[in-house]
Amino acid sequence: MKTFEYTIKDPNGLHARPAGLLVQMAQKSASTVKIARGEKTADLKRLFAVMGMNIKQGETVTVSVDGADEEETAKALNEFIKSNF
Amino acid sequence: MTVLRGEGVSSGIASGKLIFLRRDAPSPVRREINDPETEISRFNEARNEAIRQLSKLYAESRAVLGDEHALLFEIHKMMLDDLDYRESVEGLIRSERVNAEYAVAQTASQFADMFRQMDDLYMRERSADVLDVSARVVRLLAGEEVSMPKGSEPFILAADDLAPSETARLDRGRILAFVTMRGSKNSHTAIFARTMGIPAVVELGNSLNESLDGKSVFVDGEAGTVYIEPDPKTESELRSRAHAAEERRRYFERFRGLDAYSPSGRRVLLGANIGSPQDLNLVLAAGADAIGLFRSEFLYLGRDAYPSEDEQFDAYRKAAEAMAGRTVVIRTLDIGADKQAKYFELPQEENPALGMRAIRICLTRPEVFKTQLRALYRASAYGNIAIMFPMIASVEEVRRAKEYCAQVCSELKSEGIAFNSETQVGIMIETPAAAIISDILAPEVDFFSIGTNDLTQYTLAADRQNEAVQPFCDVHHEAVLRLIRMTVENAHKSGIWAGICGELAADTALTDTFMEIGVDELSMPPGNIPEIRAKILDR
Repeated sequence: MKTFEYTIKDPNGLHARPAGLLVQMAQKSASTVKIARGEKTADLKRLFAVMGMNIKQGETVTVSVDGADEEETAKALNEFIKSNF
Repeated sequence: MTVLRGEGVSSGIASGKLIFLRRDAPSPVRREINDPETEISRFNEARNEAIRQLSKLYAESRAVLGDEHALLFEIHKMMLDDLDYRESVEGLIRSERVNAEYAVAQTASQFADMFRQMDDLYMRERSADVLDVSARVVRLLAGEEVSMPKGSEPFILAADDLAPSETARLDRGRILAFVTMRGSKNSHTAIFARTMGIPAVVELGNSLNESLDGKSVFVDGEAGTVYIEPDPKTESELRSRAHAAEERRRYFERFRGLDAYSPSGRRVLLGANIGSPQDLNLVLAAGADAIGLFRSEFLYLGRDAYPSEDEQFDAYRKAAEAMAGRTVVIRTLDIGADKQAKYFELPQEENPALGMRAIRICLTRPEVFKTQLRALYRASAYGNIAIMFPMIASVEEVRRAKEYCAQVCSELKSEGIAFNSETQVGIMIETPAAAIISDILAPEVDFFSIGTNDLTQYTLAADRQNEAVQPFCDVHHEAVLRLIRMTVENAHKSGIWAGICGELAADTALTDTFMEIGVDELSMPPGNIPEIRAKILDR
C-alpha cells in the first residue's frame, strides 16, 4: 500500500470541478483508492462520497492506494493534488 | 404599475411580454412495480441518454460560456455515473419495488439534502446540480421535454428557478431577459447570464407568480427591478434608457475586432484589468487586446497560508493560455496598505499607504517573492507573460528585483524547467519619485505602466479613501497629467512602451490627451473596452 498526506491550500477546499477530475483519475486505476481526513474515509472513486467529506482549506488528507498499480496511481494523484489544491 | 424588487445579477434593460416556463415539477408519483430488473434497465437507459445530452451540452456551451464554466456539465455527467448515486437508485427500486422516476427523485433529494446541510456556501450550491441532473433523468423516463414557450416574438422568461443547464441553452435571439423567484447572485445561472449578456433578476420571491403571465414588463438587470405594466411616464423613461443603452452597444459593436490607432498613427493596445482567472471570459467577451494588469493578490488574500508555487503557476498559466499569445501583464504581490492578510504578520502602521507594502515587502521577504517569480517564469512557457513590479521609487529597487529574476531564471535553467527567457519585465509608475526619475528607470526595464490611482493620491497628498478630502483629489490635476506625459516621453526616449492601468485609462475625457501624449496601452475594467475603442477609432 502507498500513502501520502497533503494539506489543502485552495481557499475553496476540494471543490467540485477539480474534485471531479481527481475522482476520474482515481477511477482509471486498478487499485483501491481511499481518501481520509481524521476518522472519516471515502472511496476516492466516488464523487458524492468525496464531495460529502466537505474537505476545506487547511485540512490534511491522507490518500492511500492499494493494488497492482499503486505506485503509478499514488504518484499521479499526488502530483494532481499538489498542483490543483 | 407594480414594481418587483429582486437581486440584479446581469445588467441591461429589456422589455417584452412575460412568459412563464411551465414544466412539470420533477416530483413523480410513487408506483409499485413487479419486475425490478426491467425498471433498473429503464433507469440505466435514461441515465445513458442523459449523459449523451450532457456531453452535447458541454460541447455546445464551451463556445458560449468558455471552458471553465462549461466544465460544470462534465461534473453533471460524473454525478450520473457515480456509484453511490446509481446504487442508491437501484437499491430503492429493488428493495421498495418502486418505479425508476420515484427512485431517482428520492435519491436526488437525499443527495441534495446532504449538500444543503454543509456549512459552506459553495457546497450548498451543489444541491442545485444534483437536482438539475436528476430532473433530466426523470424527464427522460417520463418521456417529457422542457420546451421553451413557443411563439415567434422574443419574450422575457419567468421561472421559479433556472438550472444552469437550462440557462446555458437559452436562445439569446428569443430570450430578452429572465427573472426568477429563487436563485442567487453567485449561482452558475447568474454567472452564465452575465457571460451571455442576458439581463437577469433573481430572488424575486412569491411576488413573481403565474398571474403575471402574458403581461408586458420591463426588466432592469442592474437595479434588480421588474416593472409590471409600467405607467406611461415610467415606460417612456425606461424605453429611452433601454434605447440609449442599445444604441451605444450597437455603436460600440461596430468597432469590435478593429485595432485602435491614435491620430498620429500610433497603435494603442486596449488591455483589461483583472483580479482572478475567473474574469477571463469577460476579457475575451470585451475583445481586449491584452491583459494590462492582472492583480495577483487574489492568490494571497482571504486565506490562512501562503499560496504554493504550483497553485500560482496554474492561475498564471490559465491566463496566458486563454490570451493565446496576447500579452498578459502580471503584477507581483501588492499587499499592505488597504490589502491585508494575517499570515503575513505585517506590523500595525500609523500610515499604511506610506508604509511597508508591495515591492517593499517582497524585497524583505525574498522567499515569498521568489516563489511568485518561479511560478511566473514557469507560466511564461505557456503564453506571453510580462512581469510587473508595483510601488517602485528607486533604481536600486528595480535592480534588486531584477536580481531575483535572474536567480530564478538560472535555477529553472539548471533544473531543466521550461520558461521564456525573453519575458518582459516592467514597473508600475505610481509614486511621484518614479515618474520624476523615469528617465533613469527606463533603461532598466522593458515597459512602464502608470498606476494613476496611487500616483494621484501621492502627488496630491490626498487619501483616496478619505471622503473628506475628495474635493482635493482632482483626478485631472495638471500635476498628475504632467507626470504622465514625462513618464511616457522618457519611456519612448529609451525605446520602451508605456501604458496606463489606473482608473484614468477608462476616462473618456482624457482619451484624446493620452493619444496626444503617445500612450501605448490603456488598461481598464473589461466592460469599458468597447467604449474606449469606439472613442479612439471614431473620428
